[in-house]
Amino acid sequence: MTWFNANTDKVWDLLLSHLWLSGLPILLGFVIAVPIGWFANRHRRIRGTILSLGGILYTIPSLAFFLVLPSIIGTGFLDPVNVVVALTVYAVAIMVRSAADAFESVSPAVLDAATATGFAPAGRAFLVELPLAGPVLLAGLRVVAVSTVSLVSVGALIGVSNLGSLFTEGYRTDNDAEILIGVIGIVGLALLFDLVLVMAGRLLMPWARTPRRGRSPVSPIMSFAQHLRGGRV
Amino acid sequence: MSVLNDTVDWLSDSANWSGDDGIPHRLTQHLEYTALTVAIAAAIAIPIGLWVGHTGRLRGLAVVSTGALRALPTLGVLTYASLFSGIGIKPAIFTLVLLAIPPLLAGAYAGLESVNRQTIDAARAIGMTEWQVLRKVEVPLALPLIIGGFRSATLQVVATATVAAYIPGPGGLGRYLIDGLAVSDYARIVGGSVVVIALALVLDGLFVILQRVALGSRPSRTPTAA
Repeated sequence: MTWFNANTDKVWDLLLSHLWLSGLPILLGFVIAVPIGWFANRHRRIRGTILSLGGILYTIPSLAFFLVLPSIIGTGFLDPVNVVVALTVYAVAIMVRSAADAFESVSPAVLDAATATGFAPAGRAFLVELPLAGPVLLAGLRVVAVSTVSLVSVGALIGVSNLGSLFTEGYRTDNDAEILIGVIGIVGLALLFDLVLVMAGRLLMPWARTPRRGRSPVSPIMSFAQHLRGGRV
Repeated sequence: MSVLNDTVDWLSDSANWSGDDGIPHRLTQHLEYTALTVAIAAAIAIPIGLWVGHTGRLRGLAVVSTGALRALPTLGVLTYASLFSGIGIKPAIFTLVLLAIPPLLAGAYAGLESVNRQTIDAARAIGMTEWQVLRKVEVPLALPLIIGGFRSATLQVVATATVAAYIPGPGGLGRYLIDGLAVSDYARIVGGSVVVIALALVLDGLFVILQRVALGSRPSRTPTAA
């Protein structure tokens, strides 16, 4: 605690960088993945290919990914952009599958009804499909958020400042309190992101308040699939 | 691209293919850590997962604890553990085991939960004991998801074992990345990263095949005329 009291400003700065380094990939990942997932759901033939590609990208170990990116996109080795790009790729890779599942969960009868009541294709996609896919999209986004916040810390190994820097510095200076503060900060930040997402979901989708837990026979598989997708290192 | 050329040169340099810091030795170490870790984690997680999945007891606890374990940043656990157990291979193995448990546990209990309840009731009705139900019905039907747990755990361990090279003790492929960074040897960094990525992709591919085989070995849905 004494260490924390003496270094509050530093921890705060690292927390803010961590927030940026994780918030940006989560946001970018969502914005990029949703249209791809929608497209994959519409075109069943290439759905498998798109999802497999996502799976392959997600298989790449993060530290190795951070370090090969410079020779692909021409950044410097210690550039924070590498972390943001790599984490955005992971976010897209996870989120595309969730998005495809989300749009698949929208009842075709509802879509037909929307068309019959005069929705143009674009209007139908934004005003009918997107809101109805919302709950499953949100579930995917929550997995992305936890995984991304945790992954940012690996960036400390390539000199990108974030809460993970407390691990490398704490290790070098034999300061276990500093490492512990870093762990608490990261878990806390992950919880905060999750809370914000859940609250946003309640505000935007008041109809989806009570999740049907464990009712559907696919729910154990879904929950497992989320375990599979979360927590890449 | 000079980095790319350097990398190709590094990979094709015969000096990097022999000795203690050679690719074969580092690759073998990496695979040894992975196998050891996944084996220890499976010895802990699979019995618990099967028990949770079979009895349905403590399911909430299993879900919450796997979720909580996943939120832990591995670099933090690794550095914290190594401050207490000193440098060497022990903190790395400890961290990797801790990390491999959630997917294995989730694979086991979610696998058993995915088995059709009526099938299990039928197995009991024809007089199978609980042990037989588990061994002859639930596990075979859950096998693809259980293997999925092994797949996820293995890939996470391969990735984290790379990060574990930050601690001076462990060898493995991560050495190229961490040691290369320390001396700004970009060819070694990128070359090592390419080998790590290739290893992950090959292992993932092997697990895909294994899961297909497991799916194929399940009894077919429609009973065949005997």
